[in-house]
Amino acid sequence: MAGVAGGGGGGGGNDFQWCFSQVKGAIDEDVAEADIISTVEFNYSGDLLATGDKGGRVVIFQREQENKSRPHSRGEYNVYSTFQSHEPEFDYLKSLEIEEKINKIRWLPQQNAAHFLLSTNDKTIKLWKISERDKRAEGYNLKDEDGRLRDPFRITALRVPILKPMDLMVEASPRRIFANAHTYHINSISVNSDHETYLSADDLRINLWHLEITDRSFNIVDIKPANMEELTEVITASEFHPHHCNVFVYSSSKGTIRLCDMRSSALCDRHSKFFEEPEDPSSRSFFSEIISSISDVKFSHSGRYMMTRDYLSVKVWDLNMENRPVETYQVHEYLRSKLCSLYENDCIFDKFECCWNGSDSAIMTGSYNNFFRMFDRNTRRDITLEASRESSKPRAILKPRKVCTGGKRKKDEISVDSLDFNKKILHTAWHPTENIIAVAATNNLYIFQDKIN
Amino acid sequence: MSEKLSADSRCEQTGDEKQDTQEKETVIPERAEEAKLKAKYPNLGQKPGGSDFLMKRLQKGQKYFDSGDYNMAKAKMKNKQLPTTGPDNNLVTGDHIPTPQDLPPRKSSLVTSKLAG
Repeated sequence: MAGVAGGGGGGGGNDFQWCFSQVKGAIDEDVAEADIISTVEFNYSGDLLATGDKGGRVVIFQREQENKSRPHSRGEYNVYSTFQSHEPEFDYLKSLEIEEKINKIRWLPQQNAAHFLLSTNDKTIKLWKISERDKRAEGYNLKDEDGRLRDPFRITALRVPILKPMDLMVEASPRRIFANAHTYHINSISVNSDHETYLSADDLRINLWHLEITDRSFNIVDIKPANMEELTEVITASEFHPHHCNVFVYSSSKGTIRLCDMRSSALCDRHSKFFEEPEDPSSRSFFSEIISSISDVKFSHSGRYMMTRDYLSVKVWDLNMENRPVETYQVHEYLRSKLCSLYENDCIFDKFECCWNGSDSAIMTGSYNNFFRMFDRNTRRDITLEASRESSKPRAILKPRKVCTGGKRKKDEISVDSLDFNKKILHTAWHPTENIIAVAATNNLYIFQDKIN
Repeated sequence: MSEKLSADSRCEQTGDEKQDTQEKETVIPERAEEAKLKAKYPNLGQKPGGSDFLMKRLQKGQKYFDSGDYNMAKAKMKNKQLPTTGPDNNLVTGDHIPTPQDLPPRKSSLVTSKLAG
């Protein structure tokens, strides 16, 4: 196979081949609602991979060091820590059921031996510290090895406790709980490049927090109208710029993105930039606004571009050009003639995420039937791959998939009507520097890597 | 020479017409889908997309249970069956008074995730 395009993160489409590496999760047909994965995120080094699920649990995988005796393993991800992050709650005052589902996980940059991440459900954000313990003190004076208190009158000599090695234990503890700041449902959290603050966004408001302070947050965006009947759009996603700590963006259900500068005013209701692609009025339909709703927005690593995902496409925007995207990629255009049934079964409201590779040369997003799509921005080639147990033999090369839109179906193609709309890939993540991707397929997590020569 | 030119221009015209039909056809799928939807649900709101589904989104998680209503209804209808929910347990409307049995059970997942198994 032709060589991989460049080192870390290069290439994406057809420059090289993707291989199955690992799959995590149960195989059984009956999927419990709690096991459905709701978020996937690599940390800054890519050594840790976190998942959150509908049951409020977080599972963190760690990449194994490369082993000379097993050259193929090339760093497998194995369970490092797991904990219950959020519990279901009932707000009796508002008769509101609060789901424990983890909407987003965001890692903090590592500053010492411990790892920190933010996890959020609809209402509450928590800062978790994950630390290792591989030593234990023995020889206490006031208690014996079982932990029972010793009778102080029986102690005749003092001793200095000795640190002894023990089996590695990974502990997760909640260090901060940021609660009661959101009336509506939190859809995004984003850590600032200053490493001190972060934002949380719900349907109508965005708040700015300091990581150390839990009893106060600043409201920086409020789009709630005085009269709720005048409501026309909601905030769907928000993210801080990767380098400029004063800049953030938020997307809306109407397909627009607003870029705000916190230096210009304390309340950023007035945007600095407004990104919207002009619509062709002759093609407007009942579905136009719904399918234009942006489900995810992500800055490129370079900070020069941002990518938005709407129901049928992914768009790349140059921050210097507000009137239209610089690139548009069709994810599953064949669904345009199925919008009626997709509206009836609510699939039209599915929120797909998208991600960049480390060098910003490729982008990835999910689709139905456990398909996911990758687009190479340089070669303009795209590929459709499938996360399935059938192609899950170690190092098996993934075969490109193709959906047949009409007329004769070729062998190996699948027709639009045969697609399984219950198998949605909403969450994917790309390693920050290498060609390793994590794809969440309902209750299973697939890890794919590029082929090792 | 002139024949060749006219032949060329005829080709161009056909090309344009073809493009027009193609454009119309690409617009049609969405409109055809809209027509299908309106045929099934004639009372669908006039505003496209619109605040109907936005309001539904904002109210996600709302569960109503009024113990006063429930007890009064129980007392009034002690000889009859209380009306039970239809297929959609989440939508509470009109005369239906939700019973504790209607509300889905809330239990936290203390079981370890199968991803860690």
